[in-house]
This record gives sequence, C-alpha cells and structure tokens, in this order.
Amino acid sequence: MPFQSKADPAAESFERNRAEMTALVEQLRALEARAVETSNRRQPTFQKRGQLTPNERLVRLLDPGLPFLRLHSLANYLVEDDNPDTSIPGANVIAGIGFIKGVRCLVWVDDSGVKAGSITRSTSPTVHSLQEVALRQKLPFVHLVESAGADLENFLLESWIDAGKMFRNLARLSAAGIPTIALLHGPSTAGGAYMPGMSDYVIGVKNNGLAALAGAALVRAATGEVVDERQLGGSEMHASTTGLVEYLAEDDAHGIKLTRDLVQRLDWNAKAAAPKRQPWLPPRYPTEQLAGVVPVNYRTPYDVREVLCRLLDDSAFDEFKPRYGAATVCAQARIMGFACGLIGNNGPIDPQGATKAAQFFQLCDQADIPIIFLHNTTGYIVGTESEQAGMIKHGSKMIQAVTNVHVPRIALHLGASYGAGNYGMCGWAYEPDFLFAWPNASTHVMGAEQAARTMSQVAEVAAERRGEAPDQDAIKVQEERIINHFKRQESAFYASGRVLDHGVIDPRDTRKVLGFVLETCLEARQRKVSPNSFGIARM
Amino acid sequence: MKGLLVANRGEIALRVMRTAKALGYRTIAVYSEADAQSPHVGYADEALCIGPAPVAESYLKAEAILAAAKEAGASLIHPGYGFLSENAAFAEACDKAGLVFVGPPAAAIAVMGDKAVAKRTMVAAGVPSVPGYQGEDQSDQRLIEAAQETGFPVMVKAAAGGGGRGMRLVQSAAELPDAISLARAEAESAFGAGELILEKAIIRPRHVEVQVFADTFGNTIHLGERDCSVQRRHQKIIEESPCPVMTESLREAMGKAAVDAARAVNYTGAGTVEFLLDESGAFYFLEMNTRLQVEHPVTEYVTGLDLVALQLQVAEARPLGLTQEDVTLKGHAIEVRLYAEDPGSGFLPMTGPILAWHEAQGEGTRTDAGINAGGEVSPYYDPMLAKIIAYGASRAEACRKLIAALGDTVLFGTRTNRDFLIDALGRPTFLAGEATTAFIAETWPDESYAPPEPTSADYALAAILQTRHRQQEALQQALGIAPELLDWGSAAPLVSVVQYHQQQVTVTALGDGCYQADVMADSIHICLRQLTPSYAKLTLAGRGLAVHYLCQGDDIHLATPTQTWRLTDSAQASQAPGEEATGAAAVRAPMHGQLLEILVTEGATVAKGEKLAILEAMKMQHEITAEAPGTVARLVATPGSQLAADDLILELTPTE
Repeated sequence: MPFQSKADPAAESFERNRAEMTALVEQLRALEARAVETSNRRQPTFQKRGQLTPNERLVRLLDPGLPFLRLHSLANYLVEDDNPDTSIPGANVIAGIGFIKGVRCLVWVDDSGVKAGSITRSTSPTVHSLQEVALRQKLPFVHLVESAGADLENFLLESWIDAGKMFRNLARLSAAGIPTIALLHGPSTAGGAYMPGMSDYVIGVKNNGLAALAGAALVRAATGEVVDERQLGGSEMHASTTGLVEYLAEDDAHGIKLTRDLVQRLDWNAKAAAPKRQPWLPPRYPTEQLAGVVPVNYRTPYDVREVLCRLLDDSAFDEFKPRYGAATVCAQARIMGFACGLIGNNGPIDPQGATKAAQFFQLCDQADIPIIFLHNTTGYIVGTESEQAGMIKHGSKMIQAVTNVHVPRIALHLGASYGAGNYGMCGWAYEPDFLFAWPNASTHVMGAEQAARTMSQVAEVAAERRGEAPDQDAIKVQEERIINHFKRQESAFYASGRVLDHGVIDPRDTRKVLGFVLETCLEARQRKVSPNSFGIARM
Repeated sequence: MKGLLVANRGEIALRVMRTAKALGYRTIAVYSEADAQSPHVGYADEALCIGPAPVAESYLKAEAILAAAKEAGASLIHPGYGFLSENAAFAEACDKAGLVFVGPPAAAIAVMGDKAVAKRTMVAAGVPSVPGYQGEDQSDQRLIEAAQETGFPVMVKAAAGGGGRGMRLVQSAAELPDAISLARAEAESAFGAGELILEKAIIRPRHVEVQVFADTFGNTIHLGERDCSVQRRHQKIIEESPCPVMTESLREAMGKAAVDAARAVNYTGAGTVEFLLDESGAFYFLEMNTRLQVEHPVTEYVTGLDLVALQLQVAEARPLGLTQEDVTLKGHAIEVRLYAEDPGSGFLPMTGPILAWHEAQGEGTRTDAGINAGGEVSPYYDPMLAKIIAYGASRAEACRKLIAALGDTVLFGTRTNRDFLIDALGRPTFLAGEATTAFIAETWPDESYAPPEPTSADYALAAILQTRHRQQEALQQALGIAPELLDWGSAAPLVSVVQYHQQQVTVTALGDGCYQADVMADSIHICLRQLTPSYAKLTLAGRGLAVHYLCQGDDIHLATPTQTWRLTDSAQASQAPGEEATGAAAVRAPMHGQLLEILVTEGATVAKGEKLAILEAMKMQHEITAEAPGTVARLVATPGSQLAADDLILELTPTE
C-alpha cells in the first residue's frame, strides 16, 4: 500500500533539516573535490609526458552516460593527516563500479596526480575492499596502473605485510573466473610489479608504462648498476622480451581503447541474464525530500517510514508484524522493480523487535529476497526488564540470522549505528555486499556522552568503594576527553576514511544507490563464471 | 493497361511515373546495372535492365530502350530531361517502332537542337536574338575573327549543347584559343559533335524562360515565365515563378515571342523558350529546350497545372483544353536544386554514399527526389539529387518556407550544396528579388565561397548527441540498467569527453536530459526534449532547435537548420603513426574521373597556378593546377586511367 507521508515540506523544521543536510553534502563534495583538484594540478606534467590525467583516464574508460558508483572516495581521510583542512581523501585511488562496453566492471585508477599514486596507509584496505566487491559481484577487475609504490618516507611494516593481500586477491579473482586486467600507464615497480604480473591481461603503454622489481634508483642503491629504465622494464621490452605485456598501446588513449576492446572480447554479458524485475512507478514522494524529512541529529526521533516512502517504488510497502516489536520496522517492497525486504529502526531494538527481525531475515532468505538495512539505532535496549525478557538471547538470534542469510545484504547508515545494534543490522564486520553512509551518520560502540557518563559512573563507584568523595573536576576532565575522543571518531567521514564502509553518499541519491547495487548483486547471482584451481598463469 | 516507359532515372523518372500512375498508365522503368536498387526501379510497375552503368551503354543507348519498350509492351515513351530527351533520331526511332514519343516532333527537336540553325530560324521568325556567330565555318581562325566582330566578352558555346556543358565565357582575345579547344573537346565528349557558336555576352542579365505548350490541333499557349538567373558554372540552382521584375506587358511580349518561336518549328507538347533579360527590359532568344524542364514544378505551383499530365494528353493526340485566358498565375514558387557537390571547392561534383536522406514535410513544400538512404551518388550520372520547391502567397513567404524546408532537408554521406543554397536564399540581394546571372559571382567572387567552421554550439550539439548515442549503444550491450540510473554518477556528475580534431568537448550530464558542454571556452547548456536515433528536438541556451543527425562509428553527421557537419571523435583513437607527412606535395584527383592528360614531365619546374593535368569528371574538364611553385618529383597516374577521388596523380617538391 502506498504510504501517506505526514511530513510537511513547508515546515520550518523541514527547511532547517534540509539546510543542515545539504551543508554536510557540500562538505562531502568539497572533500572529494580536494582530491580531484590536487590531482589535476599535475596536469601539465602529464601533458608533458604525453599522458592523460588519472581523472581523464577514468572518463575515457567508462561508457558515456551509464551510471558510475564511486567507492571509497573518502578513504585515508584523517588517517595519515589528522588535519580536516588539509587531509586529502581517496587513498590515491579513484575507484568504483562502472560500465565498459555495457559490462559492469570494478574499476580502479591509480591517482598518480596525488603523491605520484604511492600507496598510503589506507590504500591496501581500500583495494582489498574493491577486490572483495569484484569477487562477490563477479565483476571484471580493471586496474589503470601508475604508482610510485610504497611511500618510503612514511611506510609502515604492517602496510607492507597487508599489501601482500592485493596480490593474493588477484590470484583468487583469477582462480574464481573473474578476469583481471592491468593497463600500465606508468611505473609499477617493486611490489607494484606484481600488479601487472598477477593480472590476467596486461596492456602496456609505450614510453611511459614500466614494470620492474626494482626501479633504476633501487637497482643503483642495491648493486651500483646504472640502468636505462626502458630497458629495465619498459612496455616495449615486456611486449617483446618477457611476454609480460600482452598488448602494446601507442599512448594512454589508445591503451584505454584496447582495454575497452578487451572487455568487449570477454563477452561477459553472454554469461548472465538480466535479473527479472517488475514494471515500476517512481516514489510518490520525491527522493529529493530525503534532505529535509530527516533530522540531521540522530537524537531527534522520526518515523523511518518517511524515509521508506521516498525510496520505494510507488512509495508502497507492506509492513511485516507492524504491531509486534513496533520500534523495529520490517517491510516488503520493491526498488526499481526488484523485490526487497527492508528493516529500519524507530528506536532501540527490543526483544520483540529482535525476534521479529530474525524471523524476517530468515523469511527473506527463504524467498531469496535481498535485505536492506536502514541503520538508525542506538543499539539493543538495556535495563532489567529487557535483560529479563532475554535481550541477549533474542539479539543473538538476530545477529545469527543476519550473519548466515545467503541473500544480498545492503546496509545504509542513516543516523546512529551504535553498539551491538550495528552488528544486528549488518554492520561492516558482517560483510554486507554494500554499506554506505549518509554524511550525518554516526557509528561507534556507543554515543560519546553515554561513553563519558559510563566512565564517570565507573569512577564514582570506584571512589565510593574506596570511601572517598568522587573528584568531580577530574571526572569532568575525563568526560570531556572521552567525549572528544568519541566525537572525533563517530562522524561518517572519519569512519569512511578508515575504510569502514564503501563510501558516504548524498541522501538524495539513496534510491539510485540502492537500485544500482541491487542490480549489481542480482546480476552477479545470475552469472555463471568458470572457476579454475590456480588462476591463469602467464606463460 | 496502357504502358508508359520512362527512359530516364532519378527524380524525373519518379516524377513522370507519379502522374502516369495517377492517370492509370502502367509504368515501366529502365535502369542500368548501377541503378538496380534505385527508387525509380522500385516505384515502377515493371522495370527492365538496359545495360551497364556508363550512360552510353544504358540510358543513351536507344536500341536497348526500344527493345525494353517492346519487351514490356509499352505504348508510350517519356524521355524525361537529359539523356535522349532532345535526340531527334530517337524520337524518330520511337515513331518507326510504333511508340508514342512524349515530346515534340523530331523535326522541331532537330532545329532547336542545333543552336546555329535554331538561331537562324528564330531570327527569321522575328524572335529577338543575341548578336553572334552561328556559321558553318568552324575553323579557329573564323571563330576568332567572328568573336572580334561580335566584341568581348563573348560566350563560346557548343552548338549541340545544353545544360552549361561546352560553354565558356571569354573576356579577351588572348583567352580565346584555349577556350575554343576546351569547349570543343567538351562538346565532342558530351554531345559527339564539336561545332561551336559564339554569342555576345550580355552582362548581368536575368535568365528568364517561358513555358510553352502546344497541342496537335494548332493551339499554342504559354504558362508564364520562370526566372532561373541564379546559376553556378552556367547551371541553374535556384528557379522561381513569376520572375520578380516581370510586368504584365513584358510577360505578354515574352509570351508572344515564345509562342512565335514554338510555332516557327511546328512545336507540340511542352517546351521552354529561354531568354536573356537585360537591365533595360530588352530580351534575347537564347535557346529552346524541347522537353520538360527540371524546374517545371514552379510553373505547376503557380498555374495549378500538372505539366506531365498535359504532356501525356498532347501525346495521346487530345486537345490541351486550355486557352491562354484560362492560364492565370497565382502566388509565388521557388525551387532549388540539391546537388552532390562541394561549393567550397568551386562546386566540384561529389560522389559517395547516401547514409541518410530526409525530405522536408509541410504544406506548400514539395520535394522531387530520386534517392534513397543506403544508395549511392555514383560518378556515372548527373549529381543533381533532388529539387525542393516551396510555394507561398507572396515571394517573401515562398522564400521563408523554402529556407525552412531546406533546413529540414538532410542528406548525410556525400557533400551537397544544401548549406550554400540556404546561405544564397538568405542573401539580401536574393530576398530583394534582385539576383541576376551574376549573383553568385558577385556574392562570392572567384568561387570564394568558404563553408564556415563549426561554432562552439555546433561542437556542443554534436558531442551531446554522440554521447547520447554511445550511451544507448552501451545500454544495448548491458544487462539491464534502470532508466533512472542513466546519466548519474554517485560522486561527481557524470562527465564524458569528445575530441573533434583540435576541439575537446567535455559533456557533463545534469539530469533530466540536460547537459552542459564545455568547448572553446564556452559553456553551453542543452536540454534534449525529443530524441530518436536520427532526430532531436532540443533547447540550446534556452532557444528551441530541431536537428537531424546520424552516428556511425566515431563519426557524427549533424544537420542544423543552416549547416551540415561531419565530425569525427578521436578521443579513443591513438595518434596513429604518421605515414603521409608530405600531403602538401601530393597532387590528388579532386573527384572520381578520367585523367585525360598530364601536362608536365618529371623534373619540370612549375609556377603557382600552372596547369598540371586535366581530369574529366561528370563530363566536365577540370584543370588541376599547382597550389605552390615546385618541381615535379614523380608522375604517378597514367593518362587515360580512371581515378577515384584522392588518388595520387603526381608529386611536387615545393620550392622554398
């Protein structure tokens, strides 16, 4: 049934919410633009070398006009540089899901305009996430390579260890029957050399493409040999001498053309049928109103149905057990013609809500219907009453169900996502197929004030036990410290910087994001791949 | 059913058959092997192949046509215009074979077909004629003397000619010997007869012709005049009726002269008496065309008569059923001829594929065409592809309608004169009705018409349409993407890049079918309102616009209401290794044709503008001259060989 919205777009609160939300979106866009602008400043250097910039490469790689879902645009934000005004997000990677000759692909472009595309502390986690998406969604994996490799001035042991996973994952993708393609635009040395080395297909660009275990500088440092870089690892040499390069390109644009042609040659879409969907109507309430209908501060309650009716086809949904565990809203609906189950929170999850959710997840799994988790919860409810009602037991059932269902799981942080509620709602650790956050979202073990007060309580109790009066000044200082510590971490931008989601999105794009990822997941379910035991070896 | 064979091709074959079908005739087409897929073949009730592509082996081959008529059981033969339409021997042969030739008696054709005889006859009949020489002595010496007697400038014309072929304007005695030999050669190749006549050149005249009609019962009338002054290379490109400077008394005088001319040769059927009308209002007999004219539709519009129907009526020996008083001219009609040619390089005929063809629709506009998308403009036949005619209550209305109709007429694949025609029709001189035969030469001296370069708006349009086309192509290969996801990027707005030669266009999707194109430091906003794979209605910077287009590989063909573009996107092409860096030194055939002669030898030093070779194409001889001084490095092509456009003739090393 189509839902009747009670929100008043003319209300003052609506306008305020809208202003606050769009300001946050502008912050997001400004951060993304910071990376683009930094990179594009190197344009003259690229031009001098006869190259396209990384952003230009991406534009030429993708089919014009077909959608592009950016992933991890904020990775590394506030990680290596904790100054919000200077930290450059993106982890020197421009990545997402886009189309090449109509084939949905995972695309990863080294942003060599930022620190020469070197590997940041967040680059490996980002790439692992991308590779995981490619593996699960059966997406050809296309990497446009140009990286200075490790940033030796700041490199950490754990980053080096972790980077090994990038190559391991390439081997896994290859064995899983997912083609991996590397286009060598520039250098790919040291560990980076395994990027082309481990890819199923390598296209090397003349004059600039380079792959060597050690670049000229390292060779000189290690052996004293003075070498010519082109002889050491140029695309031309690899195309004729080592056979590392399969296709030799005249320049960047030609390399991209060859890459596009190669993807077309995979005939990838012959191995899947378009997932079935019903004809659909757009929502009756404009998706635009998602900025406005939702208060930016999660402490202000609102009805998640106001979100649902702005996301779902025809604004229609059927509620599952609306009178039972009413604070946990479960609904059956469609997005762009695809059936899905949705769960949202109108308050903490109580025992009834948890059992209802667990049952709902199992039913979705039985009917093979994707589940969408709309997080806005401060967690499972606490207190004697709920503990005695079996909150642990019922919450566990919900977490167990969410973990073990086989259907696509898509999570969105709309507001709060705290404590074990985050787990039960398929938080990042539960490996949802996709997880995106609104810019106002906030996630942590608990809220900052709650954490601070908890620790104050602990201090007061400890003082009491010692028979002393609590040191209120010290407690106040401690509270402030804890609040600041939590506050800094709970913003959506911070979490996204740590690669704890797939990205932050404009709330007004939510329906599109959900439609896109549903298509992606369901297409993958339809697809036949031809796995092999060892991955493809280059002969 | 009575069978009518149309011994022609292209638009005129279709035009004749349309009326014939309407009158209940069985229509029979003939075609050459090159025309097997041509529209006139498909339109006819029956069609017979009469030989290979060259006209001498098909459309000019009387025996083959007569044999076809016999085989198909035709009773009448309509010759159209050109080909055998003014061939007295053919008219006679039809007679002998018991076929009705839809045209005048052979004797009338014979008289009017020889310009010299015609002129003598007209002088005798009291029809005002241009002073000149039409004698039998054809020696160069006599011709030169006669030219001096007539006075310069003088026109050298093939006696058997027509349609501008074998015709040269000579300004001074020095140019005469060359002009005589070229005109004679052209005349021999085009008409099989080298006789020439000379005529005093009337400066800045109008070309005004009178349509006459005569039946076999002695009724000869005229259907008013047509002004065909706008010509290039002595071929008409814009024709209209009535003539903008016509007066009742002048019409009466010219009409009478035309009727006298027809009567003097016992004319029957449709004919046209051409006059030069000078600025003082004096007119001179030029020639009589003993056939249906290309430009007959303007007369049809203003008289409301079907000239082909009248031709058939006369041919069937029925009376015209019209008196001079019955003929009234109402409104104004203008016709343009759409040619496959390059107005930017001296109106050189062009050949090539017809990738798309769209005819303008609308009240008071008419398109007579004989082409199809998927067809080809071959080098074998006349490059006139279609006629577009507009009719209005006033001349201004007709002009407006014709410009609009041309803007909606589209041919992609081969360059045409469409944009030039639109430009010409919009010139103040033409709009004011002041265009004379000097109009083109005065507006674009020395054939200086240069097509404009694309504007930023043109680039923007092309890039957006090409981007949309590629989106649709990609979409067809994809497995199903919700329409609401198109043109959407989750982070930055979706951008694509198109590279047209040196111009890069960045297209940003704004949603709802709107785009921003950044090119040449301009930012252009375009919203698509209606889009098919060949047509788009849109707003450009807020202004409404409709365009036709065609995307093919990396190419886009785009026709705006005033310009036709073909642009190639090289965004994804590599800079292919340059093989031919010496383009300036290569002398190439400007079009498909036969290389008649190479006038230089290897090692020869040539000056800028010096003649290097002569190429015969479309029955015209084209001189190929040196664009810069240099030394002939290498002769590549051999005289007598057939060359395709862009084939190398010779190489020149330019002198520094």
